Amino acid sequence: MATVLAIVVGCLYAAGIYMMLRRSLFKLILGLVLLSHGANLLIFTVGGLTRGRPPIVPPGATRPPTPSADPLPQALILTAIVIGFAVLAFSLVLFHRGYQTFGSDDPDDLKVSE
Amino acid sequence: MPNVLLVLPLLIPLVTAAVSFLAWRRTSLHRALAAVGAAALLAAGVTLLIYVWNHGTIATQAGEWPAPFGITLVADLFSAIMVVLAGIVGLAVVVFSLTSMDRGREAYGYYPLVHALLLGVCGAFLTGDLFNLYVWFEVMLMASFVLLALGGERAQLHGGIKYVTLNLVSSAVFLAAVGILYGLTGTLNMADLAQRLDGMDHSSAVTAVGMLFLVAFGIKAAVFPLFFWLPASYHTPPGAASALFAGLLTKVGVYALIRVFTLLFVQEAAFTHLLILILSGLTMVTGVLGAVAQQEFRRVLSFHIISQIGYMTMGLGIAGLVDSPALAALALAGSIFYIAHHIIVKTNLFLVSSVTRRLCGTFDLKRQGGLYQSQPLLAVLFLVPALPLSGIPPLSGFFAKLSLVKAGLNAEQYAIAGTALVVGLLTLFSMTKIWAEAFWKPMPTEPVAETELSLLTPLQTRRLLMPIGALAVLTVVIGLGAEFVFTLATSAAEQLLHREGYIQAVMGGGTP
Repeated sequence: MATVLAIVVGCLYAAGIYMMLRRSLFKLILGLVLLSHGANLLIFTVGGLTRGRPPIVPPGATRPPTPSADPLPQALILTAIVIGFAVLAFSLVLFHRGYQTFGSDDPDDLKVSE
Repeated sequence: MPNVLLVLPLLIPLVTAAVSFLAWRRTSLHRALAAVGAAALLAAGVTLLIYVWNHGTIATQAGEWPAPFGITLVADLFSAIMVVLAGIVGLAVVVFSLTSMDRGREAYGYYPLVHALLLGVCGAFLTGDLFNLYVWFEVMLMASFVLLALGGERAQLHGGIKYVTLNLVSSAVFLAAVGILYGLTGTLNMADLAQRLDGMDHSSAVTAVGMLFLVAFGIKAAVFPLFFWLPASYHTPPGAASALFAGLLTKVGVYALIRVFTLLFVQEAAFTHLLILILSGLTMVTGVLGAVAQQEFRRVLSFHIISQIGYMTMGLGIAGLVDSPALAALALAGSIFYIAHHIIVKTNLFLVSSVTRRLCGTFDLKRQGGLYQSQPLLAVLFLVPALPLSGIPPLSGFFAKLSLVKAGLNAEQYAIAGTALVVGLLTLFSMTKIWAEAFWKPMPTEPVAETELSLLTPLQTRRLLMPIGALAVLTVVIGLGAEFVFTLATSAAEQLLHREGYIQAVMGGGTP
């Protein structure tokens, strides 16, 4: 399972970087989205994959049964998703404003005529 | 007492920003709150520094969860010094903004954003947890994104898009590095990480993660070859905002670099710290050469920020390569001294550039002029930060550079020491260029095109010169009281090198 996810993460990174290198602000945003998803999945994968064993302490015991899934990577990812959502929402607005102001989607056309 | 001291530098800007956001559009309230908040932050920082100086490294656990599980706030001398510097810059910039900021930006939340930025910066300085560091970085970045784009001028959008993109890439790299490090060690508490990394064999994986952190923090700190966002964006926002950026943002990246490469990734120092040293040299050279080609006041200064980041990381590189602890402490102390000097001086230079723009109507050095004749006080206040920037004695920059070069020579790293000296000379050349163009030569005869700018009244000029003068006095004080500052920096460096104290303070269950 880890191998499959490793390949998925690799593909997400490759696609993200490819999109960022295209000459388009919109594709740049898509690239950033893919990159942050890749990072989130990476944390999930390297944190260890355990299926169907929630880390809940049974009645009477003092520690969760081993092996059980590590809840911390999921908490990290959840935080990262929320932050990523806010940051991407802001950059969408910024890029849209840039598109309106400069009248072009091509990063090379962002010239300051002063 | 220590718990309160550690939380106050976060609580003050947070409360200031939150209350201001609630009182939306009440600009006069924003102004008053921002000034009081910044002064309180500085006071809290100074109190923290005095406490840490007397009692050693202090730590507190959020919600009383014991060390590797809860979120740790920790302050050693280095953190405390940085918080004080953030307070100084915050106060100076807010006071400067009270006169210089336009009504539009004030109405759209300029002051709460400044405090949100200070919150992120102080959080990054005080956290003892790597993921928490990521969160504080994002708080700081989010505030800086909005401050950069606030106003929506063409140049701002142009710079903002580059700035946002490269910083988001850096955040993604940072996040991936944090994830892999957690997978390797099972912890993200920095003190706990330091212990576990020491006992691990597969150091090549650890070094690879270290390199990811070098890239992530290198982008934030604008290290060669990752600095392109900085000269593209720093000259676009209003003067006060760019002074805040110039003073603090890249230095948070440098702080993070120094923190992780003294506390965590020290196993393969012969490779990692040599790389940092090489990058430092290249950063110095490219930055200063970039500045030579510029004719715009703030772009010259922006390239000099890059150049001086090289000096700050140079001490870190030397410290990792030498065996003698005294020499390592000297190099790191040089770095810390340089950061302190640079933050104050660079903020001040950006503030001066903002005043010259308001007096001449442009940032273009070719079209500025005659300021020595019309504003002699301003001219002196430009020279006070400009000369130490290039290392002229007896001001602050001389002593910072002296200890770095001395450490380089003693460590037999002659190439970097030589580079540092030559770059200092080129810096002086750039500062002379600004002096000759903006202050010395007569005012150009053709009228300035940007007439929509309201030129300053004498009263406003005096008000703007207040924070500039205060920072200039501080530069002189650091230069004259260099021995005290150097003792402080050396103690901070020794704390960084003797990691047991830090680990003890965090893992030993609160304050020692």
